[in-house]
Amino acid sequence: MNPLAYTGRGVIDLFAVIGRLSVFTAQAFSHAFRPPFYPRMVRRQLWEVGYRSLPVVGLTALFTGMVLALQSYTGFSRFSAGGESAIATIVVLSITRELGPVLAGLMIAGRVGASMAAELGTMRVTEQIDALATLSTNPYKYLITPRVVAGLITVPLLVVVADIIGVMGGYFIAVGVLGFNGSLYIRNTLGTLETHDVLSGLLKAAVFGVIVTVLGCYHGFNSGRGAQGVGSATTNAVVSASILILLSNYFLTQVLFAP
Amino acid sequence: MTGTPKIRLRGLTKAFGGKPVLNGVDLDVGKGESVVIIGGSGTGKSVTLKCILGLLEPDSGSIEVDGQQLVGASADALRRARAKFGMLFQGAALFDSLSVIDNVAFGLVQGHGQSQAAARRIALDKLASVGLDKSVGELFPSELSGGMQKRVGLARAIATEPDIIFFDEPTTGLDPIMADIINDLIMKCVRDLGATAVSITHDMVSARKISDRIAMLYGGKLIWTGPTAQIDGSGNDYVEQFIHGRAEGPIKMQLRAS
Ligand SMILES: Nc1ncnc2c1ncn2[C@@H]1O[C@H](COP(=O)(O)OP(=O)(O)O)[C@@H](O)[C@H]1O
Ligand SMILES: [Mg+2]
Repeated sequence: MNPLAYTGRGVIDLFAVIGRLSVFTAQAFSHAFRPPFYPRMVRRQLWEVGYRSLPVVGLTALFTGMVLALQSYTGFSRFSAGGESAIATIVVLSITRELGPVLAGLMIAGRVGASMAAELGTMRVTEQIDALATLSTNPYKYLITPRVVAGLITVPLLVVVADIIGVMGGYFIAVGVLGFNGSLYIRNTLGTLETHDVLSGLLKAAVFGVIVTVLGCYHGFNSGRGAQGVGSATTNAVVSASILILLSNYFLTQVLFAP
Repeated sequence: MTGTPKIRLRGLTKAFGGKPVLNGVDLDVGKGESVVIIGGSGTGKSVTLKCILGLLEPDSGSIEVDGQQLVGASADALRRARAKFGMLFQGAALFDSLSVIDNVAFGLVQGHGQSQAAARRIALDKLASVGLDKSVGELFPSELSGGMQKRVGLARAIATEPDIIFFDEPTTGLDPIMADIINDLIMKCVRDLGATAVSITHDMVSARKISDRIAMLYGGKLIWTGPTAQIDGSGNDYVEQFIHGRAEGPIKMQLRAS
C-alpha cells in the first residue's frame, strides 16, 4: 500500500479508537447518576479492586521505598558526608509524587485490568452480556459503571497506603541498615512534605484508576470471539492501560508542578 | 393467520465487515405459533434472533413486534418491547457469578422490580416446572451438566412469563434422551404460557416435534417456509438435502466461519 495512505489509515483508526473510548467512558459515568443503581455490584468491585490489591501494592511500595533509600545513600556518599536529610527528602517526595501512584497504577493494571478484561470477555463470548440485555438490564450500568466507580475510589486509597508503606520502607533501611538517627529521619520527612505533594499523587491515582478500569472493561466488553479473542482482550487491556498511565503521568506532572 | 402477526420481518439484511450474512429475510410468526428455523452452521440463524431482540442492529429492513416498528425505535420503546421476550441462549449463557436460583430470579428482580424474596419464590416454582428441585438452586452454573444448564436457562427464560420465547439450538450437544426431555419441557412451557415461540435447530427430530411451521435459512434468505407436515413434500432440493442430511446436493458447505 501507498505509505501515505497507510499513515492516514493509522491516524484515522487512532482517532476512531479515541472517540469510541471517550463515548464508552462518558456512558460509564452518566449511568452512575441515573437509576437503577447496583450498590451490591459496587461493593463487590470495591472489595475486588481495593482490598484484594492491597498486598501487591503494599509490597511494591515497601521495596521501592527501601531501594530508594539505598540508592540515594550510595549516590550521595560519593560527594558528601552525612546525606541524611537528603535521603528522607528523596524517599518521601519520589514516593508521594511519582512512584506511589505510578507503580500502584501499573500493578493494578496488571491485576485488575487483566481480570476485568478476561471476565467481561468471557461474558461476551458466552453470550452472558446478551443475556443481561434480554433480562431488562443495561450491561453498561450493571457491569461497567460499578467497576469504573470502584477504580476511581479505591486507587487513591491504595496510594495513601502505598505512600505510608513506602516511607516506612525507606525508614527501615536508613535507620536499620545505614544506621541513621530515626527521629531525625522522621522530622526530615515531615519537614519537607507538603500537602500538594500528596494531593497531586492522589489525583494522579484517581486518573489511573479510571484508565485501568475503563480499558479493562472496554477491551473485555468488545472482546473478539473464542478463547483467542479473550486472550488478546486481556493483553490489550494491560498494555494500553500501562502506556496510557505513563503518558498521562507525564502530562499530569507537567500541569501539577508547572514551574 | 388472522390479525397482525406477533413478529413480522421484511427485507432484513445484516453484514459483518462487508460479508453479508442476512440478505433479505422475510418472516411472519402468528400469535401462539411455534416456528422453527433450520439451516446449516453459520448461516445466520442466531444473528436473525439477535436482530429481533435488538442485540444487533440490522443494516436495513423492518422488524415489527405486535405491529410496532422496532428498527430505529427509541431506546425506551426498545426496552419495553424487549420485556416481551425470553431467550434461551445456545450455550445457556447463565451468569456464572450467581447461583442457579439467582440466575432464574434475575429478570424478575432487575427488570420487574420484584423483591428478592418474592422473586426467589417464583424462581423455585419455575425450577420445579423444568424438573429441578430446591437443592439445585443453591448450586453454581459451573457445577451443572450441559443438560441441567439448558434446563436452568429455560427456567430463566420463562421466569418473567414472556409473550415470545426464542430457543437457540436448545438440544445441540445433548444426548438423545436429554434432548427429548428438553423438547417436552419447551412444548409444555410454551403451551402453559400461551407464548409465541421461535426456535433454531439443526436437529430434525426436535424440529418436527416442537414446530407448527418450519423455515429454512440458506444464503441469507428464508428459501422455504411451510407447515411442518409438508416438509417431506417440499419439493425444494435444498430442504430435501438438509432434512435427509445428504453430503451430495445443491448446498455448498461453508469453509470459513467468518
Ligand atoms: N458479532 C459478530 N461479529 C462478526 N461476525 C459475526 C458476529 N455474529 C455472527 N457473525 C458471523 O455471522 C455468521 C452467522 O452466524 P450465526 O448467526 O451465529 O450462525 P448460526 O446460523 O450457526 O447461528 C457467521 O459467519 C458468524 O461468523
Ligand atoms: Mg447459532
